[in-house]
Amino acid sequence: MAANTNFEKYKSDGSLQGNLLEWFDARFPATSMWRGHLSEYYAPKNFNFWYFFGSLAMLVLVIQILTGIFLVMHYKPDASLNANGIPVAFASVEYIMRDVPWGWLIRYMHSTGASAFFVVVYLHMFRGMLYGSYRQPRELVWIFGTLIFLCLMAEAFMGYLLPWGQMSFWGAQVIVNLFSAIPLIGEPLSIWIRGDFVVGDATLNRFFAFHVIAVPLVLLGLVAAHILALHEVGSNNPDGVEIKKRKDVHGNPLDGIPFHPYYSVKDIVGVVVFLMVFSIIVFFAPEGGGYFLEYNNFLPADPLKTPLHIAPVWYFTPYYSLLRAMVWPLFGIDAKFWGVVAMGAGVVILAFLPWLDRSPVKSIRYRGPIFKTLLTLFVISFFLLGFLGTQPPSYAFFGVIPSAPVAQVLSAYYFLYFLTMPWWSRIDKYKPEPDRVTM
Amino acid sequence: MSNECKVDCGRRRLVVATAAVGGVGAIAALVPFLSSMLPSERAKAAGAPVEVEIGTLEPGQMMTVEWRGKPVWIISRTPQMLETLPKLNDSMADPKSEKNMQPDYCRNEVRSIKPEIMVAVGICTHLGCSPSAKFKPGADEGMDSNWLGGFLCPCHGSTFDFAGRVFKNKPAPDNLEVPPHMYLSDKRILIGEDKKGA
Repeated sequence: MAANTNFEKYKSDGSLQGNLLEWFDARFPATSMWRGHLSEYYAPKNFNFWYFFGSLAMLVLVIQILTGIFLVMHYKPDASLNANGIPVAFASVEYIMRDVPWGWLIRYMHSTGASAFFVVVYLHMFRGMLYGSYRQPRELVWIFGTLIFLCLMAEAFMGYLLPWGQMSFWGAQVIVNLFSAIPLIGEPLSIWIRGDFVVGDATLNRFFAFHVIAVPLVLLGLVAAHILALHEVGSNNPDGVEIKKRKDVHGNPLDGIPFHPYYSVKDIVGVVVFLMVFSIIVFFAPEGGGYFLEYNNFLPADPLKTPLHIAPVWYFTPYYSLLRAMVWPLFGIDAKFWGVVAMGAGVVILAFLPWLDRSPVKSIRYRGPIFKTLLTLFVISFFLLGFLGTQPPSYAFFGVIPSAPVAQVLSAYYFLYFLTMPWWSRIDKYKPEPDRVTM
Repeated sequence: MSNECKVDCGRRRLVVATAAVGGVGAIAALVPFLSSMLPSERAKAAGAPVEVEIGTLEPGQMMTVEWRGKPVWIISRTPQMLETLPKLNDSMADPKSEKNMQPDYCRNEVRSIKPEIMVAVGICTHLGCSPSAKFKPGADEGMDSNWLGGFLCPCHGSTFDFAGRVFKNKPAPDNLEVPPHMYLSDKRILIGEDKKGA
């Protein structure tokens, strides 16, 4: 099913379009790519709801790139103060919102798109965890996916500095200072990242360059690699069984259907539903109750005053909680270094999932009670960590249970879930997988 | 390696050598790009000292000035504020200011040149937020009931006393930095320089 040039070149039927395609096909792998990736890419016929989110992530990527291009036409990455004493960057975002025709819509699409991106990507990743989509032979698909997730975090973080509001400034201040926790090279490293001794104009300009050019280029490359690797090995499915084991006389999987038109049409339904929800948020709740656009970011950056409560945007908060959970110095190195390590490890550990999971079956449909219980607890703790990350460190549940130890227990669980997986995934009960997919 | 070589070994070695030299060149080419991200000459030059008039500062008040893009606090400490400092010694991570977070002339119990005037960089040593003043003792400003007054960092909850010393078991590892400074007169401080006339 791999996309290769084994497909026959197009032979014209003598019509004008036919001749044109034949001319083109003799010089470019048009037909073979179309067939290899779409019309003859056989995907399992039992995809369900969870399989919408990959194509939706692609859609959001397109939305972000398109809206981004138009925002760059009016935005100015400049931290100096204008005649009214407002930073130019902050004022240019206000200008987009108030004076540029339809600028508010483009900007809200972009800011809502950032949150939407993480919603669909988190669901897309969770699908992989449900159905064991990271298992052999799809390890590379999963690793490329983890790298895409990392890129996305970098992209979102650097994009958040650009409006140059209070949260932009202090969020960047905190995250860049994380690097200063690394022993020996930390301090010079954080100065190199900022390009100054404090977050300032140099930082804003380079984050702009990374946000609009460098990271998107890497992101697009990784998305291509993710899809090419997927099409090389074929898609997993909710049953976690290989459809390539059973083939018809033409060598096509018995349980596979061509991606186009079957799944392209299915995905359009997903797109329509997604765009309805997306539009409702863009038009009626673009601030997302302070979760999509934080209220403090409507104040221009003030390097002398930290807002009383700073928290990252919602999609970073689970990892932010991991960071805050580390309060003990270890091996003579500051606690903040271990916080950084925990935060980074929380993302990187995902890449090892293919080798941590030792279950004989892939899909949750055939896995035992240990997996189902621990995964449920994992989801709950991920949400709770996310919630706690939005709260000040002094927060207490019902006003009595202090949140810091709770976050520490949940963080420990986050890592133990992965680190003990080789053991519990092996001893867990499982049901025999069916020979073919079920509907 | 040589006798099992199926290809022309001489050529293979040349290819490896060429690739290695080319690789060194490619790495060398990174230097200007990576260096361009370091602070520019202009950024390095922008650290001029700041002169501050403190005549209007009432006891128990603080003011914030900008020095090298950072907030610098000047706190006029009352005798009551100063009395809290020795009481807190046991709760502090570095009560005697042993770590190098202040000039030598401020390495004392009150971490300042004159006990009543505290000068500190208002940047938390954890991740660089600016702590907020919580001067009222007790729970009035959302602190614990045994709070004696000081500063709370809103980002990760580190607390500091009136001398900028950090409490134990908090995310911030060090006391607040005391910048080099000197008195030009009783009412004027120069922040960022301490040699001239000192």
